[in-house]
Amino acid sequence: MATADLLEIEGLSTYFDTEEGTVRAVDGVSLRVRPGETVCIVGESGCGKSITAMSIMGLVGTNGTAGRIAGGRIRYEDRDLLRLNKHELRTIRGHEIAMIFQEPMSSLNPVLPIGEQIMEPLIEHLKLSKKAARARAIELIAQVGIARPEQIAKAYPHELSGGMLQRIMIAIAISCGPKLLIADEPTTALDVTIQAQILDMLRQFKAESDMSILLITHDLGVVAEMADYVVVMYAGKVVEEGEVVELFERPKHPYTQGLLKSKPIMGQRQDELYSIPGQVPNPLELKPSCYFYERCEHAMDVCRRAEPTLKGVGEQGSVACWLYEEEAIVHG
Amino acid sequence: MAEALLEVNRLKKYFPIKAGLLNRTVGQVKAVDDVSIAIRPGETFGLVGESGSGKSTAGRTAIRLTEKTGGEVKFKGVDLHTLGAEELRKLRPKMQLIFQDPYSSLNPRVRIGDAIGEALLDHGLAPKDEVRDRVLDVLASCGLSAYHIDRFPHEFSGGQRQRIGIARALVLNPELIIADEPVSALDVSIQAQIINLFRKLQETRGLTYLFISHDLSVVEHLCSHIGVMYLGSLVETGSRDALFREPLHPYTKALLSAVPIPIPKLKRERIVLSGDIPNPANPPSGCKFHTRCPFAVARCKEEVPAFRNVGGDRFVACHLV
Repeated sequence: MATADLLEIEGLSTYFDTEEGTVRAVDGVSLRVRPGETVCIVGESGCGKSITAMSIMGLVGTNGTAGRIAGGRIRYEDRDLLRLNKHELRTIRGHEIAMIFQEPMSSLNPVLPIGEQIMEPLIEHLKLSKKAARARAIELIAQVGIARPEQIAKAYPHELSGGMLQRIMIAIAISCGPKLLIADEPTTALDVTIQAQILDMLRQFKAESDMSILLITHDLGVVAEMADYVVVMYAGKVVEEGEVVELFERPKHPYTQGLLKSKPIMGQRQDELYSIPGQVPNPLELKPSCYFYERCEHAMDVCRRAEPTLKGVGEQGSVACWLYEEEAIVHG
Repeated sequence: MAEALLEVNRLKKYFPIKAGLLNRTVGQVKAVDDVSIAIRPGETFGLVGESGSGKSTAGRTAIRLTEKTGGEVKFKGVDLHTLGAEELRKLRPKMQLIFQDPYSSLNPRVRIGDAIGEALLDHGLAPKDEVRDRVLDVLASCGLSAYHIDRFPHEFSGGQRQRIGIARALVLNPELIIADEPVSALDVSIQAQIINLFRKLQETRGLTYLFISHDLSVVEHLCSHIGVMYLGSLVETGSRDALFREPLHPYTKALLSAVPIPIPKLKRERIVLSGDIPNPANPPSGCKFHTRCPFAVARCKEEVPAFRNVGGDRFVACHLV
């Protein structure tokens, strides 16, 4: 690809030290986001998708939270985010890289009017005057499709519905014209008709501004609608990645295949759903192996003994699975 | 046509809104307003709707976990809301409830075997020396192992806890199970296991389900009949195939079109509704959906549409149908 990557993560490892041992929540994850591209990280609870996002934003191990970055590189344009100091990070965060979360209520200050909270980054990053920031805040509220923006600017978070708060979060996120928007399960807590509005809005902003989106979700339907490129995570690792149509139509990894088969699809009813047997392994008991082998229909001897690495298959995709390795290595 | 196992007739449940120093009632939330459904034995009726639509309250009021404001509910022909406390108690094992988060209904200090077995003893449905066998039996039916019987709730994963929730309902040999968002908190791969379990249990035990969910993909998969609720009222009911193939009410159409489908190349027409769900304490006049309806006409604002039969088993409340 000719265009340089906007974000490039290489070998990122984020660990949590607990009394029972070290949890490798993110274990050697690599991924890239190109300008104007929507990359989705998809996976089930505990697969490390949110911790990956928080690591990018420098939100791991700060403010007394547990967890540490144990290795890797996060390159944004020409800077390594892991090497920036607090001040340098602040000039990027909320400005060039913005983030929205599942629970907008927990990201907003309950005792500050909505308008003031939208003004904050405008004053901090764009150096707008208070007056200009206020006018821009009202414009932004209107832009995310909320009626009566002047009144809403004076309202407090508890006075708004979940869908409206998520719009406000989007207004704050796009206020400084970010190049990258990281959205962590942005519509999971919302009703489906409201989800449709929010996804529509994200697509529209992306089309207008050439912003890149890193979308973290467990919902394969949302992935199919939003993604250009998909990264599938399982137990802290990337097990497969690829262009969205290719990945949905020709999934390679048995986990991706199982995940796609086990989701009921509206309009394609079957009598029995496929289900992946068993459950996600305990993160404290992982040994060098394919972490999926206990649940895998195709498990071979080698899967129990050694960990497969992510290898290119097809035109742009990659998969970490022994089924796609040369015979010699598998049986050697 | 077989007689309905559960027949809900114009059920109403209003909650008072209290305010002020004297705690006077200043209004009411019509959480369930004139809801009528009939569920025949062996059917799965899916009640769908978004937050605040009243679907959970409808389910609970139907089996009299809360008292009704109006209307009538018959279970096997018996009017549930006129029964005395003792008679109702005798009927309880026949109607069981399964929740979204079974963990919150399990005592953390009680072993799973005891938690499942206690209802059997409470209702005098099994002598003490038979309880353990009955519990082992139901654990096996729900895909749990015999050694789980002496474990505590915290030792189980989310999917296993839902199996416990199901086992606990099942041990009483119910005829009707009301399942309130039973798979909503589960990951996709685990969700599929539990959905299959619901279906298997229905086949082997002839259970009847009232399945309450906001997830239309799951509802289409599991349910034979569907009711769609909006702000306390049913807007449409019908058999699954008819309703999914040709939704009649504009809200049902919008709801179905908003469900993300995991097929990236799929192109479809989407009806994006404007605005939020109105405050249930102060619902719009006329048709409650008119504020968000892309097809609304003047009449919708003034006149409440009747919930009427439009052929077969389909009912819809819309002036335009």
